Amino acid sequence: MADEPRQGGYLRQAWLVIVLALVYGGALAATQTALGPRVAANRLREAYREIPKLVGLDGEANIVPIELTAADGSQRQAYEVVASDGTLAGWVLRASGQGFQDRVELLVGVTPDVSTITGLYVLDQKETPNLGSLVAEPPFRDQFRGLSTDQPIAVVTSTPTTTSQIRSVTGATISSTSVAELVNRVIEDMKTPLRRLRSGGK
Amino acid sequence: MSKTEPTALERFTNGILPENPIYRQFLGMCPTLAVTGAMKPAMTMAAATAFVLVSANVIISLMRGLLRPHLRILVFTLTIATFVTIADRFLEAYFYAMSKELGPYVPLIIVNCIIISRCEICASKQSVGVALADALGMSLGFALALASLATVREILGSGSWFGVTLLPAGWPHWTIMILSPGAFFTLGLLLALVNWVGRRRAEAAALRARIKG
Repeated sequence: MADEPRQGGYLRQAWLVIVLALVYGGALAATQTALGPRVAANRLREAYREIPKLVGLDGEANIVPIELTAADGSQRQAYEVVASDGTLAGWVLRASGQGFQDRVELLVGVTPDVSTITGLYVLDQKETPNLGSLVAEPPFRDQFRGLSTDQPIAVVTSTPTTTSQIRSVTGATISSTSVAELVNRVIEDMKTPLRRLRSGGK
Repeated sequence: MSKTEPTALERFTNGILPENPIYRQFLGMCPTLAVTGAMKPAMTMAAATAFVLVSANVIISLMRGLLRPHLRILVFTLTIATFVTIADRFLEAYFYAMSKELGPYVPLIIVNCIIISRCEICASKQSVGVALADALGMSLGFALALASLATVREILGSGSWFGVTLLPAGWPHWTIMILSPGAFFTLGLLLALVNWVGRRRAEAAALRARIKG
């Protein structure tokens, strides 16, 4: 339009947004550099507190972090949990992936022969409060304890009819299915490497 | 605008009660209902929101001469999101258990309308001193409102205040008070109380004026 004042080019319009994006990006990078290690240490401490419980141990346990090459060729983190009498109590696997809204981080406990799931803990999730977030609560995650690793876990919305089924959190089917699929995948990927480590190593 | 803008002192006191973000403006209802089951999470939320509100108001006020009308909301959001992320990471680093308890509600401060409305109403138009006073007043008003809800809910629901047991062991904890329905009941009743007191005071003032005149 002829009578409209000259608006100038894109840069003249948006230079403040560009400068702010750079400054704020720098500030966030600095925050992450300063606080990131502390956050990671907090998460690790929480993981170490939960790991013994996930393989059915109550008291002291020796937790050894291990790196394994999974079935799909990627490097994965896991923990070898040794009871105070020196016997192998089980393994705890780390799994993470997309939930309904954001990344979900899990710890999955399995028996030494990787035949049975012994526990599940949700380290981090940002699912819908009081809906999807309930996957982190005992009523949902305790269902995994005792399930066989021979067949994949299926999520149903009614009372489970077979031993490989779990019931989803009402109104949060996607969050529930995401967790079950992460568990299925990590067991599928890690079963063989862990069994090989156990028979070959110690 | 021909109307003169409020002074720093007016901005500060307005935020506490006359324009209280919760009781008068009904803004920020999500954290108000979600994290007031107990005093500790409520005050952590109030502190995090205050940090973001003060930082955003001051920075926006400093840049107010550079803002372009059609890009201002973008600049507000960018600024708010940055400070929310810093607050979220800080809580995760130094108050890990509280950070887990508050969950997504800290990142959700980004969409708390109290902050963007202060940027729009005050900080983008007035000087840094006024914007700072405004942010402090609104933060205090928000904190007081959260505290009022959390006090009622924690005492009735858990028999404690700030985690310190107040009521005798025989108190049957009204669990519903810490659950979502308790948040709605408490907010409704407190709103009614604030309105009732406000109306009584207005009537009394009108009566006094009539007697004098």
